[in-house]
Amino acid sequence: MDRAELTRRVLSLVTEIAPDVDAATVIPGINFRDQFDFDSMDTLNFAIALHRELGVDVPETDYAQLANLDKCVAYLMKEGTVS
Amino acid sequence: MSSEFRLPALGADMDDGTILEWHVAPGSRVKRGDVVAVVETDKGAIDVEIFMDGVVHELVVAPGTRIPVGTVIATIDAEDAAPAPSLTPSPAPAGEGRGEGSSSSPSSTERLKVSPAARRRARELHVDVEALTGTGPGGAITVEDVERVQPTEKGGMREAIAAAMSRSKREIPHYYLSTTIDVTPATEWLAAHNAAAPVAERLLFAALIVKSVALACRELEGFSGFHRDGRYEQSTAVHVGVAVALRGGGLVAPAIMDTADKPLAALMDDFRALVTRARAGRLRASELAAPTIILTSLGEASVEAVFPIIQPPQVAIVGAGAVVERPWVVGGKVVPRQVLTLSLGADHRVTDGRLGAQFLARIAARLQSPASL
Repeated sequence: MDRAELTRRVLSLVTEIAPDVDAATVIPGINFRDQFDFDSMDTLNFAIALHRELGVDVPETDYAQLANLDKCVAYLMKEGTVS
Repeated sequence: MSSEFRLPALGADMDDGTILEWHVAPGSRVKRGDVVAVVETDKGAIDVEIFMDGVVHELVVAPGTRIPVGTVIATIDAEDAAPAPSLTPSPAPAGEGRGEGSSSSPSSTERLKVSPAARRRARELHVDVEALTGTGPGGAITVEDVERVQPTEKGGMREAIAAAMSRSKREIPHYYLSTTIDVTPATEWLAAHNAAAPVAERLLFAALIVKSVALACRELEGFSGFHRDGRYEQSTAVHVGVAVALRGGGLVAPAIMDTADKPLAALMDDFRALVTRARAGRLRASELAAPTIILTSLGEASVEAVFPIIQPPQVAIVGAGAVVERPWVVGGKVVPRQVLTLSLGADHRVTDGRLGAQFLARIAARLQSPASL
């Protein structure tokens, strides 16, 4: 999976767990918390969705790496679990 | 003989609602708890469950009609025969984008392609989505399409919150208490649990507080119940409502049903589903009307303490601030500990500060032994 495809799938997961967020408005470098009031429940749901859809188990200690779209994609590429 | 099924009130602040669609037709068999209609309210689109078993005789109110609470919306013939086969209480499709669309709904309004975010914004702004032209994928109506028509203020939900809170401050003689407790054992227990658990079974700290509140409600009377017609009724069931902030403003407080009876894992599953549905505008009527007490957890907003306002007809509300690291004295030494400030807003017509203090202490005690929650 290339970066563009991974970004697209991650973005679709963000709008799945937060159906009140418009995908078109997500700014890749801005934290979800600052942009959409993401809270710990959103982060947990995001981690669950990543596990279900991409098979990546993000430990709680790495949740900070999921803070925004850019960070999240970089983390998933680095982990190598998504190739 | 037919029974009348009336539009239920979904909270103290609801005066009317609009039937969005029916999930049943004349002749449909229904049983208590089935979702029979979707009703548009200030709190979003709500699934309304029926309170009786029987066969639908007539649907009195057509979709799109705005009606006051208490209006007869359907008539039901009671059944004396064998148990009716259950209807599937399937959630209505909320437009595109959630990927769960059963599209068997007879309604035409739901066929419009409207993103859930746009539908919610339209509700807030009192914008009729059917009158809009969509500019999104496949002609879907987006938030921008809605805001283009009505770019101002919040609308219905803000008015509903104002009405409920004004009534609360006018009628309920509140007293407030707070206590700051060391929750390091609970945070350590939680971190260990979450490190070992599969991602779908991880818990949030708020779930520990919810369960602790529920158990304390079982131990002391006067906090979980309703004050109506000049008297207090203790509720036998404990349904803790969780205040959920909605993105873009507003909040709702649906209940985690039978909170005290649920193991933490089941409680967490319900909690997670509830927050997601609250934000998607897919709550059930019973969830909004049920809370016997509310927990408002503002820790996410980084405040250390909250002075919560009771939602009538309830008589108490518990607040939880952020878990923060602070210097703490343990055994004569100052050490860094994780601390949490719990607060209580309670009704002086029902309890006094002394009992309220005991109630907070019970919650705190439960939080000290998370493994037994």
